[in-house]
Amino acid sequence: MAAAWRGRVVTTVLVPLVSVVCGFLVGAIAIVAAGADPLVAYGALFAGAFTNHNALAETLVSTTPYLGLGLAVALGFRAGLFNIGAEGQFYIGSLAGTFVAYSIHGLPPVLEVPLGLIAGMAGGALWASIAGGLKARFGAHEVITTIMLNYVSFLVASYLVDTKGLMLAPDVSTPRTPDVDPSAVLPVILAGSRLHVGFILALLAVPVVWFLIERTTIGFRLRAVGFSQGAARAAGISVGRTIVLTMALSGALAGFAGIVEVLGVNYHMTDTVAAGYGFDAIAVALLARSNPWGVLPAAFLFGALHNGAGFMQLETQISSDLISIVQASVIIFVAAPVIVGWLFRLRRAPAETVHITQREVDAPVT
Amino acid sequence: MTDFLSQLDPVSLLSITLITATPLVLAAMGGMMCERSGVVNIALEGIMLTGAFIGYGVAFFTHSVWIGLAAAIVSGMLIATLHAVLSISFLVDQIVSGMVINILAVGITGVFYRTYLESATTVGPGTFPHWDVPVLSAIPVIGPIFFQNQFVTYAMLILIFVVHFILFRTVWGLRTRACGEHPRAAETAGINVYFVRYVNVIASGALAGLGGAYFSLQQIGNFLPNMTGGRGYIALAAMIFGKWTPLGAFAASLLFSGSDQVGSRLQSVFHVPIPLQFLGMIPYVLTIIVVAGAMGRAVAPAAVGIPYKKG
Repeated sequence: MAAAWRGRVVTTVLVPLVSVVCGFLVGAIAIVAAGADPLVAYGALFAGAFTNHNALAETLVSTTPYLGLGLAVALGFRAGLFNIGAEGQFYIGSLAGTFVAYSIHGLPPVLEVPLGLIAGMAGGALWASIAGGLKARFGAHEVITTIMLNYVSFLVASYLVDTKGLMLAPDVSTPRTPDVDPSAVLPVILAGSRLHVGFILALLAVPVVWFLIERTTIGFRLRAVGFSQGAARAAGISVGRTIVLTMALSGALAGFAGIVEVLGVNYHMTDTVAAGYGFDAIAVALLARSNPWGVLPAAFLFGALHNGAGFMQLETQISSDLISIVQASVIIFVAAPVIVGWLFRLRRAPAETVHITQREVDAPVT
Repeated sequence: MTDFLSQLDPVSLLSITLITATPLVLAAMGGMMCERSGVVNIALEGIMLTGAFIGYGVAFFTHSVWIGLAAAIVSGMLIATLHAVLSISFLVDQIVSGMVINILAVGITGVFYRTYLESATTVGPGTFPHWDVPVLSAIPVIGPIFFQNQFVTYAMLILIFVVHFILFRTVWGLRTRACGEHPRAAETAGINVYFVRYVNVIASGALAGLGGAYFSLQQIGNFLPNMTGGRGYIALAAMIFGKWTPLGAFAASLLFSGSDQVGSRLQSVFHVPIPLQFLGMIPYVLTIIVVAGAMGRAVAPAAVGIPYKKG
């Protein structure tokens, strides 16, 4: 009993923690190779993320989309689905929500904000359902379809917001949508900063998703399908329907992340997309080990890295792309715990492989 | 009609289509070697970006595009080795490993570009010279399209046949495909699955690295952050649309880059109001249709994506 508990602590806490440390060490090597002092660079990263004026609030602003996106991918993982398309769902959700939020006028915020959020989530859910439906009906691998749908979504966004696009604002110098209705804006919760209610909403999403996965019938079916499609089918669970529903829920969370960014931070969308959220979302979910509670610290770490990187680049001339090296290294160590054990000679290093999705079950499941 | 044709200029259109298809074909064939042996490779984008960067960087400091070319190929092989070590030896999920390489490539190229190349003011290494093949380049139509090109395009044309021959006409190719379809059976027949997969993954790095050199050393003679711009994923689409065969990938790449070129000409010359974005969607939508089983199902190697464990 005690040994099992200890094993769990090692896999859920110690391995991610050691992985993060190792990720920073690899980053330090890159900093040295780029001719700077890692302590100075990381000091600037820390200051930019936490101690500068408003830095902590900004870190929380950056954390917000990672919460929704990380939850989206983690939810998919639990059903054995690899949703690489969180980024596309993020943009389609943003587009749908933005359209509603700038089209409605004259309603009180208690109506306009939920309308915008629901439209954003619906957009993301619909977009993700395409991949879910293709997998359920035809066995089309969701990794391929979601990658392809990501690029389609970028082009859809570019088309709608482009020079002659349907969502183009009149009289603007650079193509963008109109600003959302003032009543649809997520209010700022910390005076003098950009920290908005969306952060609280994203925090609340964590227990909601945890409850959904662990305490509801839908969650049970979802986990059963992730564990073994054959067993789930034998138990009378409709595997196809569960896959579509899981993808829709995952897409709704990604769309939520997208529309919260619009209603809380930007107030409109531009046609330049592809911020690389898709891969970051997977990284957050992997670091969290697909556990909704784990998404909290993982998203916070990514938010802090994202937010501190700019100041680090300003202070040390090390490109903010450095954080990609740190993130990639962290994921290597999380995904291959053998390496961590081997490096540190952990006595109880988990030697088993990390199973993310059930790959042997890609046959059509109708 | 003749006026239409002369404005469209089919020879130059086909020529530019072949040239822009070059990195797609190379990366698609890289992905194919990899996947035929049973390892998914979504890292093509990252490998190409690394090849483009290292190729340019080395060419910049050695003043030789040829040394740069070699460096691009070697760097592609090195970063593919990381994919091999993670996914074959450490049994990391192959999608995760590929994704890690894509993120890592953005980081490494971004950091070192900013430090060592961004503010460099000396003259760059230039691009590969244009070579006209004697006699053949004088043939009308075919000559300007196929025989007045730069190195990477020639290499791509030759490698299509080389990769086809290796995969379908050699013992190595048979072993590769066996490892991708049924590794356990292959092992039983005395094939070292790990070795076959390692070699193929590293070979895929060489092909994609060469594809990366196209961007920096053939197309513009410079490096720009993220200059591969998602072409690695179009290559992945071309590989699937071409049903994991070199000739199929070649045809798919020509279709994808051709639709791009035709689209931009229709707009710039004839002002046809087809939004470019819709033409841009063609590769992705076609790939989705194909993996969904319409238009003749594309069947991936049976064991692709599943880490192989001895024993």
